Amino acid sequence: MKIAVCIKQVPDTTEVRLDPKTNTLIRDGVPSIINPDDKAALEAALRIKDGAGASVTAICMGPPQADVALREALAMGCDNAILLSAREFGGSDTYATATILAAALKKGDYDLIIAGRQAIDGDTAQVGPQVAERLGIPQISYAEEIRAEADGVVVKRQYEDCYHLIEAKFPCLVTVLAEAVQPRHMTVRGTVEAYAADIPVLGFEDLKDGLNPDWIGLKGSPTNVVKSFAKQLKGQGIRLAGLSEDEAVNTIVQKLDELCII
Amino acid sequence: MEFTLSKQHQLQQQLYRSFAQAEIKPLARDMDEAEEYSPQLLQKMQQAGFFGIPYSTVYGGAGADNLSYVLCMEEVSKVDGSTGITISVHTSLCCHCLNEFGSEEQKQKHLRPLVNGSKFGCFSLTEPGAGSDVAAGQTTAVLDGDDYVLNGSKVFTTNSGFADVFVAFAVTDREKGARGMSAFIVEKGMPGLSVSANIPRMGIRAASNCVVTYDGVRVPKENLLSREGDGFKIAMKALDAGRIGIAAQAVGLAQGALDEAVKYVKERKQFGKPISAFQNTQFKIAEMQTQVDAARLLTYRAAAAKDAGQPYGSHAAMAKLFASDVACQVTRGAVQLFGGYGYAREYPVERMMRDAKITEIYEGTSEVMKMVIAGAMKVK
Ligand SMILES: Cc1cc2nc3c(=O)[nH]c(=O)nc-3n(C[C@H](O)[C@H](O)[C@H](O)COP(=O)(O)OP(=O)(O)OC[C@H]3O[C@@H](n4cnc5c(N)ncnc54)[C@H](O)[C@@H]3O)c2cc1C
Ligand SMILES: Cc1cc2nc3c(=O)[nH]c(=O)nc-3n(C[C@H](O)[C@H](O)[C@H](O)COP(=O)(O)OP(=O)(O)OC[C@H]3O[C@@H](n4cnc5c(N)ncnc54)[C@H](O)[C@@H]3O)c2cc1C
Repeated sequence: MKIAVCIKQVPDTTEVRLDPKTNTLIRDGVPSIINPDDKAALEAALRIKDGAGASVTAICMGPPQADVALREALAMGCDNAILLSAREFGGSDTYATATILAAALKKGDYDLIIAGRQAIDGDTAQVGPQVAERLGIPQISYAEEIRAEADGVVVKRQYEDCYHLIEAKFPCLVTVLAEAVQPRHMTVRGTVEAYAADIPVLGFEDLKDGLNPDWIGLKGSPTNVVKSFAKQLKGQGIRLAGLSEDEAVNTIVQKLDELCII
Repeated sequence: MEFTLSKQHQLQQQLYRSFAQAEIKPLARDMDEAEEYSPQLLQKMQQAGFFGIPYSTVYGGAGADNLSYVLCMEEVSKVDGSTGITISVHTSLCCHCLNEFGSEEQKQKHLRPLVNGSKFGCFSLTEPGAGSDVAAGQTTAVLDGDDYVLNGSKVFTTNSGFADVFVAFAVTDREKGARGMSAFIVEKGMPGLSVSANIPRMGIRAASNCVVTYDGVRVPKENLLSREGDGFKIAMKALDAGRIGIAAQAVGLAQGALDEAVKYVKERKQFGKPISAFQNTQFKIAEMQTQVDAARLLTYRAAAAKDAGQPYGSHAAMAKLFASDVACQVTRGAVQLFGGYGYAREYPVERMMRDAKITEIYEGTSEVMKMVIAGAMKVK
């Protein structure tokens, strides 16, 4: 089985500061880490490797410094790592990022692609699903557990108030949640081997067969950032308990009325 | 001259730090109180490769270097001194003897399981009557057929409570003094080998530290390390290497206590302001960090010299002499900045202060370090 894990290098902070003028992230002085959901994605892939056996490739699009994130993935136990880096890729939004990732993934003939649910800096949770769309393969998002079978996966997907057990045949893409799995530590030997390993860097020329140049980089990015802000926590909500059905209906209607919703 | 860690060392530091914070820190206080090391934690550290850091992958080690080992010692000791000595005695005393002086068969048989994380080792040198004066050891080894028969008793053998391999030192020829000592690989389960309960101690209380008795232990001839008479040399070489680890343990203890103090002084308010606003606090913190950095640089120098294949005995002694003194001063200073809370067992700094003292004593006291340094300077 061949597994690819998409990892993004992000600034180590959940409170990303934005430049108010340009609406871009201020990265200076903030150490970089592997996006937490993506570490869980690595763990999910490595568990499959430990169990059924698999070769695991970590793939990252980013500037040359993202090499460090890939070395960490190798030190955790990945077999291969690929960096996608080129001037042409700079300024990509989620659509363009997914286009580039998909072009690289297509070359690898992977059975299973695992991504994080969302990146703690961009926060859109779009890239995984967009990659699946680009590749025309099934996708399952919000996974807490992935069980590998001979020809596909069974995924425990988190839902608002329950779990879904979903099966998909290979090739498919799954996005994983950080809170579901505790990622393993690197090993000391892993760190040594990670730095002995060759990490190929694929640029525009290497991917151009499968890549429409109008769909990548800044000019290929349809996203127009109007405003950036830190998102507010959703409220706890109100729980009505110990009411009869009629009382409950009346209370809810009254509340909706008060809020001018009805 | 290069003062930044390589990318690889930085990644290793990240591993040691995140492991120490996630796995060791939450257990440190309870292990100290219980005076017992967690077997689960030992196993996790074996799996992460913490017990074979500077040893070749040919024997199943991690294939990293001594600087990496120092980074590990520093990070684990920042949160727990007991973990530091547990790793250190195994790595730079026990494994060092086998790696430097073992035959190929001995390395395959005994070093491999120690560095690949399946067995634990200890180093059994000090005796009740022979501490700084190593050559005064009374334990004897007499050749009888194909075995040496060991008789005697060792004190303060760290890790002996759970060790599988004991590097034990005994006199094979009393006439020859220091040159009459030999080193043996003694294996757990050999008849006549017994280990006492833990010796009650002031600090590093979670570490295993016991009296080991060799009562007619028959050790096969093939378990003699190097040649008869090489024991003293082997012990001295191992201690040279070990001192780099102890220096790093001291640096870690000092930095760990200082980190706690820096956090605390910003939170604690007296006279209407955080105590960090007092110049005395600022100056103390500044002095402490400067001392710790100086100790760290001496320690890294010793490790780098060893990695470069240069002589390092005197560097290691200076690093240990200085860093152990810094550890004692800085942990004591941290307790002072915490006030009464520093003395309370709720906070970790009192444990760090208790743990720091031993770094001035074991693997050669500070006085012995000065003898080594002056000796290397040919001042006799
Ligand atoms: C408001 C805003 C403004 C932005 N402005 C800019 C800009 O000006 N210039 C610019 O360059 N970027 C910009 N970005 C960043 C860029 O759009 C995204 O970082 C990138 O497309 C990934 O999207 P995401 O961070 O939302 O990831 P998500 O969609 O949340 O990530 C989901 C998963 O996709 C995978 N993934 C995502 N990115 C990568 C990657 N690079 N390599 C490998 N796997 C990956 C990971 O598995 C990740 O967990 C901006 C983003 C936002 C939200
Ligand atoms: C917690 C702990 C763990 C240990 N772990 C191990 C271990 O794993 N293996 C092992 O073999 N040993 C171990 N030891 C033993 C340790 O190395 C010795 O305690 C140490 O070397 C000092 O020996 P001593 O206790 O006999 O003190 P002594 O040698 O009796 O020293 C007493 C004092 O006299 C001073 N002194 C001695 N000789 C001189 C001199 N010539 N000039 C000036 N001053 C001198 C010393 O510096 C010291 O201050 C451990 C000890 C402890 C407490």
